[in-house]
Amino acid sequence: MKIFYTFLIIALAAGFLGGADASKITVDGSTTVGPIAKAFAEFYMKQHPGVNITVSESGSGNGAKSLINGSCQVATMSRIMKQNEYEAAVHSEVLPISHVVALDGIAMIVHPSNPVKALTMEQIKSIYTGKIKNWNQLGGPNVSIVIISRDTNSGTYETFETRVLKGEKIVKNCEYVGSSGAIRQRVQSTQAALGYVGIGFIDNTIKALPVNDVSPSPETVKNGSYPIARPLYMYTNDYPKMGSDLYLFVNLYLTKKGQEIIEETGFIPVTNY
Amino acid sequence: VQKSERNLIMSDAASRLRRLAALILKGFLLLATAISLVAVLLIIAYITRDALPFFKLRGLGEFFKSTAWYPSGNPPEFGALAIFFGTGLVTLGAILVAVPLGIAAAIALSDILPYRLRQTVKPVIEILAAIPSVAYGFFALVIFAPLLQNRGGSLLSMAAWLIALPLGLLIIFAVTEIAARSIREDMVKTVRLLLAVALTAILIRGLLALSAMLNSIPISSGTNALNVSVILGIMALPTIVSVAEDSLQAAGRELREGSYALGATRAETLFKVVIPAAGSGIIAAVILGVMRAVGETMVVWMASGNAAQIPNPWFNFLSPVRTMTATIAGDMGEADQVTGSSRYHVLFALALCLLLTSFIANLISEWILRRQQRKLGGSK
Repeated sequence: MKIFYTFLIIALAAGFLGGADASKITVDGSTTVGPIAKAFAEFYMKQHPGVNITVSESGSGNGAKSLINGSCQVATMSRIMKQNEYEAAVHSEVLPISHVVALDGIAMIVHPSNPVKALTMEQIKSIYTGKIKNWNQLGGPNVSIVIISRDTNSGTYETFETRVLKGEKIVKNCEYVGSSGAIRQRVQSTQAALGYVGIGFIDNTIKALPVNDVSPSPETVKNGSYPIARPLYMYTNDYPKMGSDLYLFVNLYLTKKGQEIIEETGFIPVTNY
Repeated sequence: VQKSERNLIMSDAASRLRRLAALILKGFLLLATAISLVAVLLIIAYITRDALPFFKLRGLGEFFKSTAWYPSGNPPEFGALAIFFGTGLVTLGAILVAVPLGIAAAIALSDILPYRLRQTVKPVIEILAAIPSVAYGFFALVIFAPLLQNRGGSLLSMAAWLIALPLGLLIIFAVTEIAARSIREDMVKTVRLLLAVALTAILIRGLLALSAMLNSIPISSGTNALNVSVILGIMALPTIVSVAEDSLQAAGRELREGSYALGATRAETLFKVVIPAAGSGIIAAVILGVMRAVGETMVVWMASGNAAQIPNPWFNFLSPVRTMTATIAGDMGEADQVTGSSRYHVLFALALCLLLTSFIANLISEWILRRQQRKLGGSK
């Protein structure tokens, strides 16, 4: 399911009612970075009652599109902008500047009852390209693997494709699911399933497997030992004017409170207070 | 006196004003009617406009012949054959579920059940149409898929019993009836009994074997063509029941009374008179119901598994499939309209195929319905 899941956060603050010139920030893009942007927006609007921040989640690609055609000021993306997106931006006289707001690791998840203890990058690649088909080839029971992937629309998919598959194509019987939450739901209820989600989605209803003997955790992502990790971005058109609301909003991740918010949403901050 | 005269005969200016007002109002109404028509034409025009560049960029061969669907690959591949097949398979499944159930329900409602019961049952069936498709999808994903995975085998064997037992008994009844005709009269009763017992035993043995086989089928993934077929079948039911029942009703009381008057039994009246008379309406009902299944997006995106593959063997309803509607919904976000890539235009090519399918199906059902109206109108 592709969730065009739009969260409209409306500031009904005194400053707004008092007729103060409300400044408005529109955020659009990745469903992965969305929770961070939403938490940032909530926090920022509480501190600055005159500011109105709207956060939409329509996928990294849509975020880039919106930034390029000017319908948002901040594009949240779980991947770096592609060459053709940069080209389109330059054509539209938009200069995308990236801000790495947090780090994320992609965890391989299975049903809690699955006896398989760990996977290697090579094994994951073989499973997703169809060379390994059965759990018994990995020391598990004799059932075929139900391979689950995010839809090709998502930044998570693209990170997985570039980090793990390295240009090889996913096997045809792989199932595609529209959101990380839906992958977790499918894995919770399917004993033979293998899926991947951001580290923030790990909970005790599923089992996250170590990859190359490294467990997915904030520490292993930060020290570079966990192999499937990525930075999460916010893009602005040019560097925001110092001191403006936009500047303070996109730099929130550098503050102590920002670090706490990122940790609360399950991601890994780049700062270390 | 003068006043009343003035009121009766309108001055030229007032008359012109009135005519102008009438004209404007007419124009406005025409415009309101035309908007839907214009919208349809514009939709077709825009979809075609955005679909054609794909065929210019990539040609026709790959799209219709290849099953490799890797729009994000490098180089990308746009083989939509498996996706067409997925739509076809899911639609076939929905037909298998909805058509027998729907037509049986329509016949029961219009000719068999008492009038009181019908008045309560029909609105309830029509409520099915009011449930939003995302609710169906959620049910399919969160409840039906795990159920298929955990109890799939027993569900399948239960379905086999439910379908095959009444059908088999009906066939046995017919067979013994036919066999009895060619036997001496004093032996009929015993032979019939023996034959019926023997055939029933064979039927039950066969069903036991079948259900044991179905019971042992492992369903590893519950989001598959079967899941979606059942849900889409249920979604198509209200349309089929409603339209088919209307056309059975439209066959009229006179027709039925005429048949009874000629000495036909209730069954003969139903199968030889009423159903043939309503036949084209029933076919139109089926087409409308099926189009609901073909065009459904949310349920298939959530519960079909979205794997772009032709199942092996092709009728394997237990494997995940991908449909045209789900592909359009799922791939839209990343398809890059800024640079106008083939990844963007291919979705319009799919939309065009979908549009043409439903357009043709609608034309056919329209034509069938009109033919029926003419037929029934002529008989009066």
